[in-house]
Amino acid sequence: MATAAAAVHAPAQTESGLWSWVTTVDHKRIGVLYGTTAFLFFLIGGLEALVMRLQLVRPDNTLVSPDFFNQLFTMHGTTMIFLAVMPLSASFFNFIIPLMIGARDVAFPRLNAFSYWVFLCGAVFLNLSFFLGGAPNVGWFAYSNLTSSQYSPGHGVDFWAVGLQILGIASLAAGFNFIVTIINLRAPGMRLMRMPVFVWMTLVTSFLIILAFPVITVALVFLLFDRLTGTNFFVPTAGADPLLWQHLFWLFGHPEVYILILPAMGIVSEVLPTFSRKPLFGYPVVVYSGIFIGFMGWGVWSHHMFSVGLGPFADSFFALTTMLIAIPTGVKIFNWIATIWGGRVELKTAMLFSLGFIAMFTMGGLSGFMHASPPADLQQTDTYFVVAHIHYVLFGGAIMGIFSGIYYWFPKITGRLMDERLGKLHFWGMLIALNVTFFPMHFVGLLGMPRRVYTYAPNMGFDGMNLLSTIGALMLVPALLVFMWNLWSSARRGKPAGNDPWGGATLEWAIPSPPPPYNFGSVPRVGSLDPLWHKESREAALASNQVHGPIHMPPPSYWPAVSALGMSLLMSGMIFGWWFGIPGLVLTLVGLYSWAFEPCT
Amino acid sequence: MSSASLAHAGAREAHATTTGLNSRKMLFWAFLGSECMFFGSLISTYLVYRGRDSSGPHPHEVLNIPFTSVSAFVLLMSSLTMVLALAAVQRGNLRGTRIWLAATALLGMMFIAGQCYEFTEFFYEGLKLQGNLFGCTFFVLTGFHGTHVTVGVIWLWTLFAMAMRNRLPQERALDVEIAGLYWHFVDVVWIAIFTLIYLIQ
Amino acid sequence: MTEPNEPHAKSKEHAHPGAKEYLAIATVLTVLTAIEVAVFYVPSMKPMLVPTLLTLSAVKFALVAMFYMHLKFDHRLFSWLFVLPMILATLVILALLKLFGH
Repeated sequence: MATAAAAVHAPAQTESGLWSWVTTVDHKRIGVLYGTTAFLFFLIGGLEALVMRLQLVRPDNTLVSPDFFNQLFTMHGTTMIFLAVMPLSASFFNFIIPLMIGARDVAFPRLNAFSYWVFLCGAVFLNLSFFLGGAPNVGWFAYSNLTSSQYSPGHGVDFWAVGLQILGIASLAAGFNFIVTIINLRAPGMRLMRMPVFVWMTLVTSFLIILAFPVITVALVFLLFDRLTGTNFFVPTAGADPLLWQHLFWLFGHPEVYILILPAMGIVSEVLPTFSRKPLFGYPVVVYSGIFIGFMGWGVWSHHMFSVGLGPFADSFFALTTMLIAIPTGVKIFNWIATIWGGRVELKTAMLFSLGFIAMFTMGGLSGFMHASPPADLQQTDTYFVVAHIHYVLFGGAIMGIFSGIYYWFPKITGRLMDERLGKLHFWGMLIALNVTFFPMHFVGLLGMPRRVYTYAPNMGFDGMNLLSTIGALMLVPALLVFMWNLWSSARRGKPAGNDPWGGATLEWAIPSPPPPYNFGSVPRVGSLDPLWHKESREAALASNQVHGPIHMPPPSYWPAVSALGMSLLMSGMIFGWWFGIPGLVLTLVGLYSWAFEPCT
Repeated sequence: MSSASLAHAGAREAHATTTGLNSRKMLFWAFLGSECMFFGSLISTYLVYRGRDSSGPHPHEVLNIPFTSVSAFVLLMSSLTMVLALAAVQRGNLRGTRIWLAATALLGMMFIAGQCYEFTEFFYEGLKLQGNLFGCTFFVLTGFHGTHVTVGVIWLWTLFAMAMRNRLPQERALDVEIAGLYWHFVDVVWIAIFTLIYLIQ
Repeated sequence: MTEPNEPHAKSKEHAHPGAKEYLAIATVLTVLTAIEVAVFYVPSMKPMLVPTLLTLSAVKFALVAMFYMHLKFDHRLFSWLFVLPMILATLVILALLKLFGH
């Protein structure tokens, strides 16, 4: 490959060292940055949960104070959603999407880097609250007017609101980037209906992001104005309606849960066919279901508000739309099952996690469907029944799907295989542990245990179940440790994976593991869906490893990181004052202008 | 549509794309779509809270239709000058580019000046950000719009400076086009605000 | 979804508006704005105020989007990227108005 190396103008990508990471615009490196950072926050969120479970292990416990417990559940939810699941999905978008569509990078590499650095700044900023007066303690959806400065003095809620604004910028930038990448950077011959399902789900997710985040941005603007300048957006005595917050939040919040689950569904749609040695059953239907979910997700938001007194018309409307949206989801599940049916199933770890996803997400979907009925929901809402639902769909669903992706694509990213035995140990340990943790919550919720309470009285029927849940949570720890050990040792000493350890169908398996900086020596020509499983397309894909002529990759740049830091400092000025705001503004302007005028050759 | 190599990634000339459309332009339209949701949420809040004030100045007491009509007209004319600037740069007419870019920026600044005057008047008539619902919803909505205009003005002056230094040739017409899209969007949002807030009370 | 030609402004495109057309549209926009203000002031038009104003401003919006923003002549994709979110935003406004009792 000496010819290839000489022909590639990609000097800095092959450098190592911290600076090369700070200035990288390579989607593969950015994917790794996202993945490692997000995993760290997943552990932090898990720790927060663990402490909560230890507090709830028995009635009238005094392990933590009520206020600290409130900080824990607020940060646990916020962390898991915004700092763990979303960026873990983003790490896959980053690493895999260009590979799957036959591109050399995303449409806007520097914007991509910017997204990551803003995410890191936002994540750190949010967690600083623990050390600077207390983390937010108002629940991850921060209902007004509990969040007013009157009822939440101190800076906790400010950290939450400003932190989410910063994180929102990161998500929006990534959303725009992937929309353009997927529409505009596909290899010749890759028509929309020849794209892998993971690419489709990323496209739908990206649209959801760019349309939903502006709404929460506005809600947070109102909250910050109320808290910092004394406006009355959510002040009832001035005639305002706290429900406005709820509507705006859930107009964002419901699409957000589809943002959380669609990427995992995309991953599962890639893994199942590969390990069933069979193409995905009903590809168009799966794609259309995903699109339909994306559209319909906008029509269901008030099902989070069935207990506020919307009135019978609104309640009925949202009950109907919520039940309707179960249909495309169910359709996907049937398609996945039909994919496995009659296939030559290989129970590799990645496959186990995808199968686990189907089972766990179905359970979560069933409890979700039960919430869709307003009368039933009046009993379920704000109880542990909902906590059970959330964790079945997000842990049993999104997280399991993400682990499936990790085991599936780890060889592509690192060039090494993960240990299968440790993988299976992780899977079974985690599957059992999560069921032991969350299944009892269905019962304890219906018996009346509310959410977000730091303790409970004895002899209400909650004791045994809570003990069980805590045991389950503790069981998760060794399972995760097994995974982390596997990750660490495989990255160092795992068996070399080669280009295509699984016999996959999609383009990323045609190129080396890990891929060269330019991904494809020459742009592949795609003749079908599942290109590597069709003779001519396969040949064309493999031929893309040949380098024909000079390849020019975008040079590294530190302006994205500078701009990200500047913007975060600027926003942090809302809490820390002019000392941060002014330098932040200057840094932002310098960063953005330099970025705009930087020569790209 | 096959190309064995990427031409200078990120350089001014558009390299091969799946749709044949320019990626930056596509990004910007997606961004404008997103901005529709942003302003939509702000407008929703204004409309939802309209009529709920028991106290404080009410819209019909402070809104000055003749004055705002003039500033709406100013913004509409700035869209004209913007599109003339684009036409000029697309023809390689450097002088025209400079003139029309400056005209647009100046009209934008005139609009902002009008807003500042208007807000000050309202303030002295008792309409406060921290006052009643009309106060906070009005000022935050129009304030964000005004901020968008300000950013646009800075953008336009930057392009003007480039043009003055002969750094805005025909090949860079896209830069002006995208600035134009932003500018027209800001104008279009004002059309919505003028109708929904000022004219339909 | 492949398009061989980039729809940049090229001198040979006939349908492309020029300065005259832009000026004409600016005139129409001005006239429409004047009508809007007139409708606001004329008492006899009070009952038709809202539909008239909404229609007139929609027309202004469309003129700016189609001609100044060039959507009429560009690839349909750009129109969809803008119009779909706009429809969504409108639905959100209407839904919230209804939910808050307006």
